[in-house]
Amino acid sequence: MLLVLEQGLNGLQYGVMLFLMAAGLTLVFGIMNLVNLAHGSLYMVGAYLATAFARWTGSFVLGALLALPATLLVGVVVEVIALRTLYERDHLDQVLATFGLILFFNELVAIVWGRAAIYTSLPPSLSGSFVLLPGLRYPTYRALVILVGVAAAVFLYVLVTSTRLGMLIRAGASNRTMVAALGVNIRRLYTLVFGLGAALAGLAGLMAGPIYAVQPGMGEQILIQVFVVIIIGGIGSIRGAVAGAMVVGMVDTLGRAFLRPTLSTIVSPAAADKAGPALASMLIYLMMAAVLFFRPQGLFPTRGR
Amino acid sequence: MRTMTRAVLVGLLATLAAAPPASAETVRIGFITSLSGPAGIIGKHMKDSVELALDHLGRRVGGLDVEVIYGDDQQKPDVGKQVADEMLKKHKVHFVSGIIWSNVMLAVAPVVTRERVFMIGTNAGPHQLAGKDCSEYFFTTSWQNDQTPEAMGKYMTDQGLTDVHIMAPNYAAGKDMLSGFKRYFRGRIIAEVYTQVNQPDYQAEISQIRAANPKAVFVFYPGAMGIQFVKQYAQAGLREQIPLYSVYTIDEVTLPALKEAALGIWETRYWSPDLSNEANTKYVSDFRKKYGYTPAFYGAQSYDGVMLIDAAVRAVKGDLANKAGMIAAMRKADYKSTRGPYKYNLNHFPIENFYLLKTVRTPEGEFAMQIQKTVFENHKDAYAKDCGMQW
Amino acid sequence: MAISRRAIVLAAGAVLLALVPPVAGLLNQPFYVDLFRRMMIFAIAALSLDLILGYGGMVSFGHAAYLGIGAYAVGIFAFYGVDNGFLQWSVAIAASAAAALVIGVISIRTSGVYFIMITLAFTQMLYYLGISLETYGGDNGMPLKTRSQFAGLVDLRNPSAFYYVVLALLLLFLLLGRRLVDARFGMVIRSARSNEPRARAIGFAPFRYKLAAFVLAGGACGLAGALLANQTEYLTPDFMHWTRSGEIMFMVILGGMRTLFGPVLGAVVLLGLEDVLSALTEHWQIILGPFLVVVVLFAKRGLFGLVSRDG
Repeated sequence: MLLVLEQGLNGLQYGVMLFLMAAGLTLVFGIMNLVNLAHGSLYMVGAYLATAFARWTGSFVLGALLALPATLLVGVVVEVIALRTLYERDHLDQVLATFGLILFFNELVAIVWGRAAIYTSLPPSLSGSFVLLPGLRYPTYRALVILVGVAAAVFLYVLVTSTRLGMLIRAGASNRTMVAALGVNIRRLYTLVFGLGAALAGLAGLMAGPIYAVQPGMGEQILIQVFVVIIIGGIGSIRGAVAGAMVVGMVDTLGRAFLRPTLSTIVSPAAADKAGPALASMLIYLMMAAVLFFRPQGLFPTRGR
Repeated sequence: MRTMTRAVLVGLLATLAAAPPASAETVRIGFITSLSGPAGIIGKHMKDSVELALDHLGRRVGGLDVEVIYGDDQQKPDVGKQVADEMLKKHKVHFVSGIIWSNVMLAVAPVVTRERVFMIGTNAGPHQLAGKDCSEYFFTTSWQNDQTPEAMGKYMTDQGLTDVHIMAPNYAAGKDMLSGFKRYFRGRIIAEVYTQVNQPDYQAEISQIRAANPKAVFVFYPGAMGIQFVKQYAQAGLREQIPLYSVYTIDEVTLPALKEAALGIWETRYWSPDLSNEANTKYVSDFRKKYGYTPAFYGAQSYDGVMLIDAAVRAVKGDLANKAGMIAAMRKADYKSTRGPYKYNLNHFPIENFYLLKTVRTPEGEFAMQIQKTVFENHKDAYAKDCGMQW
Repeated sequence: MAISRRAIVLAAGAVLLALVPPVAGLLNQPFYVDLFRRMMIFAIAALSLDLILGYGGMVSFGHAAYLGIGAYAVGIFAFYGVDNGFLQWSVAIAASAAAALVIGVISIRTSGVYFIMITLAFTQMLYYLGISLETYGGDNGMPLKTRSQFAGLVDLRNPSAFYYVVLALLLLFLLLGRRLVDARFGMVIRSARSNEPRARAIGFAPFRYKLAAFVLAGGACGLAGALLANQTEYLTPDFMHWTRSGEIMFMVILGGMRTLFGPVLGAVVLLGLEDVLSALTEHWQIILGPFLVVVVLFAKRGLFGLVSRDG
């Protein structure tokens, strides 16, 4: 039973990471109608910058704090130079141009930091594990990831529901012409939203650094799952991103942990050994196809799309 | 429109004309590896080692001028095959060398050896090429994939370990590694887990390990997967509780990203930078001097590949048409290998020693893999009997 | 004049491609026969994608799936010693078309970015399926022992003969594609792209037409997969990797959507660039990436649009 609880926590933690990525992606899509494959590159940039700043300042926390605005800045620059002209284009152009950006960023990072994975340090206080419940030890850093992720989700919720910026975001998502007609500088709003999304991706990236391998192309490893999240949740909806991230995080984690043992009670253990891992890796895609079959607009469809 | 056509034609002819003419005085080596993408770092170790070998040989191979053409397989078998075709038909190379990945090797080797051109593998050692698909024209300076996990299976058996949890990615190499391990491991295996290829997060599996509480864990996680698994294993606090044994997971490529997370983890390997022999000391120290980092086994094998070619060309006194002579020469492995002297098995795979390595902190405060003991002496691979070659 | 200009480009292209083997032979550079054959195989895949993407407005991000299915159809038959090309290639087409039918039935209900992602999801599933097929080499894939046999009619082991087979198939698909998009069928899928409710209002059921186009494109790409397996003499799940779908898509855009000939040009240029750039520098992707962005931003109608400026 403790094991199920622990795996639940793991699923939650994975879901939180996915949510941070998905929130930025879904905001950008919901408001600017932009499919941004290069979102994973911003995640990678966040991880690299946090590592570089941490090495420079000698402090993990300072590094993280510096990396956030820096990633936001990178996002703004990318938006202004390359993506701004894409908003009016169809999804196809967006997919391709941002695919090109992925190649560019991966190579750029490889040129600056080399192709080898780089070392990311954690302060000793975070690198161990602690006793959460009797008989249940949990890695300290992962617990921190859950806390930060939940805090970010609350921050986003407050931002979107109770601030002027949030009001504009919501208005922009449902009727962009009207917002422009009301005298809002829509271009600046877009840049701001993109920067916010980039910062969220950067946050996910810098938190991923100490757990995952920081290397060129790290963004693509998680990007596809993030797309699954926002598709299941319904594109453009923050609520959908939360739901989708939790569903994918849980299904993926629990599938990996329990699918094979469960299968072996139904079919022979040898067959379960063969089918289990293959099925576990297909699970989230199967789920996405199923969701779309019954609800072609995802779980929380936004209006007008 | 007409200018367009003309431009295309002129361009086409120009590319064709730019191809080098075939000449007898130059040895041409096509070195194929992954240079772009995430695996590009391995390609860099290999390419740098080839260049160092050429430096050591005074930029001549077997007394002839040499030209090395590098090709990028992008880690894709079909691109590798395309590049191999280019090496054979456009550059008209005498040797194809390199290749990191088993699947790329399986696509490339038959194409090369069919043309009676030498394929000098410097990493991948899939069992097909050691067994039924072996060829006179194929040599490798590395190992057969199974040999390294076999050594670990042997060592863990010798230690009397039992109740072991074993893990690998769910792909062909992962399965080969675990079956190689099981070939020599005599203790009890309590779980055999396969994870998704390129999976970034292993916390779910790590929680399962903690719950099952095995006596030891054996894994195969190459590249980024290894960095992720080992970091997460250490963060979960399991490294102190349940000893971790691995193959191809911690090496000089991943160690700089892992550092203290890898301390105390065991590996088996046929080579290590601290292996003490004249050729290796020269290779490792000159490599560090020239490039400023420590080479991994990928590099040592590639260095050896050039040296093996040099010995072959030297033996036939530069007569590159004398292929039988070069085969006979290479079978002797008569060159100063970084692993020390070794012999070739009938299938042209090395018969070599395997050592137990441990990640330690050196007195200078650096992290390094160091040889602890010899596990196998003159170890042969398990597939040579399926290869019909006699010599 | 508009038609003639396009026809000239087409004819010139065909003649140029037909000249590759003799010229390569003359210059003693047989490698270029292989390179151009590979380009033409991807051209067939890109062409089939253009049918649904350009004309049907269905942005499939999973077209590589059929490349893989076609390749595996050939490979699995060969694995069991059946090397009859007629059988292998028909099954390659049929199996890919069948897969396209299943994927299409579910995907075409969605639109926009949902369609992009659901086609991607199906391809990912097939990719993981390929990895788990241990009998057929898992992720390593397996070699194709012999190229497809055509009862002595043509010998694919002869590089030039194989080349002309691919060229003939490419021209055939160009002609068929042209006929198809000009026919009533093509008008319906085009109208469905620009205004689906209107198409429905004037009495067409766009779903069925779109599905039919999707299946046709899948089948054609399956044949490209069968050719690719023969070209590489090796097949792996890597043929179905999602970046491969992206590459095929880029060939279409680079060359020019909704032109059929454009994707052919796109395939030739992209693979040519890859070959030239990767020989120059290992950082070739830093050139290719921005190139993609620039083409999308500034060359809306692709290279073919630049060559045949006639609308």
